[in-house]
Order: sequence, then structure tokens, then C-alpha cells
Amino acid sequence: MQAIRIPKSVQPLLDSFRDLMPIVLVVAVFQLLVIRQPLPNLLDLLLGVLFIVIGLSLFVKGLEMGLFPIGQSMAQSFARKGSVLWLLLFAFCLGFGTTVAEPALIAIAEEASKIAAAGKLIPSSTESMEQYALGLRYTVALSVGLAIVLGVIRIVKGWPIHWLIIGGYICIIIITEFAPQEIIGIAYDSGGVTTSTITVPLVTALGVGLASSIKGRNPMIDGFGLIALASLTPIMFVMVYGMIVH
Amino acid sequence: MHTGLSTVLDVLPIAVIIFSFQFLYLKRSVPNLKKVLLGFIYVLIGLAFFLEGLELALFPLGKTMAAQLTDPAFLNIIDPEDIHWSDYYWVYAFAFAIGFSTTVAEPALLAVAIKANEVSGGAIGIWGLRTAVALGVAMGLVLGTWRIVTGYPLHWFIISGYLIVVMQTIFAPRMIIALAYDSGGVTTSTVTVPLVAALGLGLAHTIPGRSVLIDGFGLIAFASLFPMMTVMAHAQIARWRAGRKLSPSLENRHAL
Repeated sequence: MQAIRIPKSVQPLLDSFRDLMPIVLVVAVFQLLVIRQPLPNLLDLLLGVLFIVIGLSLFVKGLEMGLFPIGQSMAQSFARKGSVLWLLLFAFCLGFGTTVAEPALIAIAEEASKIAAAGKLIPSSTESMEQYALGLRYTVALSVGLAIVLGVIRIVKGWPIHWLIIGGYICIIIITEFAPQEIIGIAYDSGGVTTSTITVPLVTALGVGLASSIKGRNPMIDGFGLIALASLTPIMFVMVYGMIVH
Repeated sequence: MHTGLSTVLDVLPIAVIIFSFQFLYLKRSVPNLKKVLLGFIYVLIGLAFFLEGLELALFPLGKTMAAQLTDPAFLNIIDPEDIHWSDYYWVYAFAFAIGFSTTVAEPALLAVAIKANEVSGGAIGIWGLRTAVALGVAMGLVLGTWRIVTGYPLHWFIISGYLIVVMQTIFAPRMIIALAYDSGGVTTSTVTVPLVAALGLGLAHTIPGRSVLIDGFGLIAFASLFPMMTVMAHAQIARWRAGRKLSPSLENRHAL
């Protein structure tokens, strides 16, 4: 613990700042020493970093106060009630809802639509680009919803995670053979993109909460793995989306 | 403000799902309801600030830097049609550094590391996991950028990566497998994605013969694949070292 008492409201800001420091350092060193150019729009940059630090602190704090505990407490309530159907419905809604809201996914979907329009795969009107991006978002969200459902069934049944993952890999390899080349990169990327800051704590809390409430499940072996599944299914679904749209 | 409004719309579905299940089906009063609601408001405001900050600083700067670092003039490439992969050494260095540093800053990874530490009863260290994952992302990005420069097909790398992960799964301690798989998806989150995407797209844009659509994407896939390997390797090394402690003579010989 620290020798100097830091007010509780400032500590998260310092934590966020400390976590963000390596990036600032890397960017500054490369810009000033390697590229040897001044940082462009220094004021915007500093303001942006300040916004990120404030936003991140509030966000993490909010997750710890709100989303993390409620995810875990709901998992326990579901386990007590014992209705698998409702649990699965909730799992689907959670996966779908958190992913549609994912800022990283929104960013990459927009980027993908711009590039698809530039590559003349879709008409370069604002409307069709928005439609493409939205379609991509819903496809990924649907696949994450189904992944969480599958993952919850796995926790309830106690299946080993690696069979599901290896099976998923085999499916991806087969679909890759048939998917249009342009979509493969986006598809593989969307797997990593889906599970970001809102989804991860909620889904982890759900998994660990379920595994610790169900008899005979080990939270370490069975509680994790939901995110892994949620990063696999979007790859397949986006490739299929590409086969349909392109 | 556009970002603020879109944030409200994005967090809304989560709040609706959670609270409707809580009140309509589970019908249990939420413990510390006020605190939970305040948490939701924090998430809302935090996300708005965060997105605004990314748009203001990281996204444009990452793009500029990626463009500058991949500029043939900067890399002393005389004939852009005749490039050697080793000409891009600054790009690889940047990919490694930015991969490592953005992953350390990733709040989602921190959340999982805290949870894993708690669940494993301290056997999995928070910083050990974070550095193992960050190292994986850094290595993945180096290989990923090298792939864009050389132009080899993405799926060869991903499929070989899968094979390695499957092989490691056979030998890794059982406790680590699910967590290792998870750390693949966790790594590439809100901080990493904009910068890494910018690097990949920038690189594909400046190298002749690369298609932005085919080669520009795919970096994040590398960044999600490699942490699985490094986390499993980390666990295996930890087990190997723990096993070796039983024979002190060996330990002395290999002391670090």
C-alpha cells in the first residue's frame, strides 16, 4: 500500500493514468526520436488523453459498482431458480445486447464499410455504407449471443472447453475455404473485437458466478471460457455474412 | 453532442436486459440498488468521455504514425516495387511496443486478471497474467505486420496458430486452459483495437500491391491468437519451475 494517503476519488484516475502511460511513452518516443517530428495538434492530443483517462476511470468504476456485482448476483439467482430456459434466454440477450453496444465493434464496422465502399464491393452511398456496417454489427451480435448460450450450456453440463474451441477452429478453417477473400481479414478481426470493455466483466461475472453456484463445477476450469467462445463464433458468422452480401 | 447521444443508445440495451430480467423474472430486489444505478451512470458518462478522447487523440495519431512509419521515404526505400521485409524494422519495433503498451492499459484484461487471481486463490498473479498476455499481443503484432509486408495469406498463419494452440492444450495444466482461451479475446479491447486497426490499414495502404480490404484487416486476429500461446507457455514454465524446485542442485544451475 502507498505511504501517502490518496483520496479515494483520485486513485482510479491515477490507476488509469498509470495504465495509459506506456502508450503515451511509446507514441512520444516514436514520434519525437524515430520519426523526428513534433506531435501534431498537441492541444487536441492532451485533451484527448485527459478525456480517455477520465472516461476510463469512470467506466471501470461504474463496472465495478454496477455491472460486475449485478452479473454475479444474477448468475446466482438464476442458478437458484433452476430454469435453464430462462437462463439461456438471458445469456442470449446479454451477449447480443453488450455486443451491439460495443464501441470497438462500431469503429471497425464503420471502417470496414468505408473500405468496402472504396473497394466497390458495395455502393458508396451513405445509406448503403450504414446498412453494411449495421448488418455487420448485428451479425456479430447474433453470433456472440449464440456463443454465450452455448457457453452457458457448457458450464451447466460441465463439458470440457477445449473440445468446443477445437471444433470451432475446424469449422472456421472449413468456412475460410469458401468465404470471399475480402471478408476473411474483417471476419478474423471481428472475433477479437467483440469482447471488449463492457462485455468482458459482465460475461466473466456471469460465468464465474454460475460455475461457483452449480454443484460440481470448478469456477477456474468451468467459469472461464465464455469470452473465448464469443471470440470464435463471430469469425464464422461474419464470413457467412460476407458470402451472402458480397 | 453526437458521441454522448450514441453512448446513451449503446448502454441502454444492456440496462434494459439486465433490469427487465431482474425485476420481471427473478423478482428479487437488487442489493445496493442505488449503487448499481450510479454504476450504470458512471459507465455511461465514462464511455462518452472515452470515445470522445479516442476520436480526439489516439485514432488520428495512430493513423498518422502508421502512415509516417510505413512511408517509403522514411524507411529509405528507393524503389517501392523492390522492397525487402527487413526494410520495415521500425514498423516491427513500433508494433511490438504499441502492442505491449496498449495491452497493459486494457481494462478488460485487468478485470479478468483480478477475477482469475481471486478464483485461483492467488496462484495466478495479476501482473504475471497481464505481462504474459501483453507479450503475446506484442509478438502477434510483429508477425502480423511482417505478414502484411510480405503479403502471405492470413489464413495460413491463423491455421498454423490454431494447430500450435491445440498442441499446447494437450500439455498445458488443466486449470489454465479456459483462462488462456479467454485471454485471447480479452486482449483486443477498447484501447488496442483503434491503434492496431490503424496500423494494419496504414501499412496495407502504403505498401504497393497490398489491398486494404484483404491485407489491412487481420492484425487483431494475430493479437488474439498469440496470447493464448503465451499464457499457456507461461503456465507451463511456472509448473516446470515449481517442479524443479524439488531438486535444489538443478535449480542452482539454472538460476536466473
